[in-house]
Amino acid sequence: MMTANQHVFAMAVSVVTLGVILELIRRRKLREEYSFLWVITTLGMLVLSIWYGLVEWLTRLSGAVTPTTTLFIFGLVFLLLISVHFSTVLSRLTEQVRRLTQELAILSAERDDARTRAENRTSVDPGREREAS
Amino acid sequence: MILSENPRILVVMPAFNEARQIRRVVEAVRGQVEGDVLVVDDGSADDTAVEARRGGAIVATHPVNLGYGAALQTGYRYALRRGYDAVLQLDADGQHDPASIPPLLGALAHADVVVGSRFLDGSSYRPPLLRRLGMWLFGSVASALSGQRITDPTSGFQAISREALHFYSHERYPVDYPDADVLAMVARSGLRLTEVPVRMLPSPPGKSMHGGFLKPLYYVFRMSLALFLVPLRSEKR
Repeated sequence: MMTANQHVFAMAVSVVTLGVILELIRRRKLREEYSFLWVITTLGMLVLSIWYGLVEWLTRLSGAVTPTTTLFIFGLVFLLLISVHFSTVLSRLTEQVRRLTQELAILSAERDDARTRAENRTSVDPGREREAS
Repeated sequence: MILSENPRILVVMPAFNEARQIRRVVEAVRGQVEGDVLVVDDGSADDTAVEARRGGAIVATHPVNLGYGAALQTGYRYALRRGYDAVLQLDADGQHDPASIPPLLGALAHADVVVGSRFLDGSSYRPPLLRRLGMWLFGSVASALSGQRITDPTSGFQAISREALHFYSHERYPVDYPDADVLAMVARSGLRLTEVPVRMLPSPPGKSMHGGFLKPLYYVFRMSLALFLVPLRSEKR
């Protein structure tokens, strides 16, 4: 069984974490679309810290010996999911940066090309220009 | 692809810190092909862009370094947008002999992607043993996947038709090492792939894309994964 101290401490940690996440979202430091897994994780923490019976039930279900193990397993799984999620976000960002960089390079090349063509047209006499094109 | 009477060719040269010889290479290439030369400066720290312009090339500059494959793709996208009929790509370090360009372009008459092979008809190109082993291994896998013989999967000396440019402009095109896996995808997508022997000039001292200790390891992992995924993906043209 849990001592009262443990109970209060676990709840306090969960509430503070949830509060920090929500505050980050409110200040737009954390975008809503990336906050999904974090909110789920902290809500899960809160539920588990309030409802100790659920932890005991999960422990029996998974075959773990102590409830601590259950908590660690769930913590690890959530962290794993979050980092995989980050990798997918990173891949998308990489693709977008590549597209943008290429687009910029193409546009600047086109601009330079147009400029040199215009310069040639003004400096070279018209007869030679017609021959060249 | 059937080339029209006067095909518009764009020569694409990806370049990263090649200021030393880029001008000479651009001039040599312009002596061989009637067409525009586009140098894609992949975030160089030196005067690559300036030198390339002096040689008479159009320059597309990446503000940041993206990688060899991404630089090539910038060239493909530029070619598509400006309505070129075909792209001829070669490396900016001067290893690829410009004299081999006409046969590459000629082979486009009956293929969509023409790869300049450094191994066909007993060439002088002898890479170190380990690299040769890797090229042979990945070449064999790519050959098996594509159903035709690929002798030089890592060659950056290629001629590409407009149809293949569309295929290459897709985001499936890898940013870092576009070689064996891309050729396998090309052949499986129904584009016609062929190899033509090319000559290599002595390479300038120093840098190689596959140098160092970790890079080759990463390359082996990267290429194995990519080749493994080729049959699992269905690529639409």
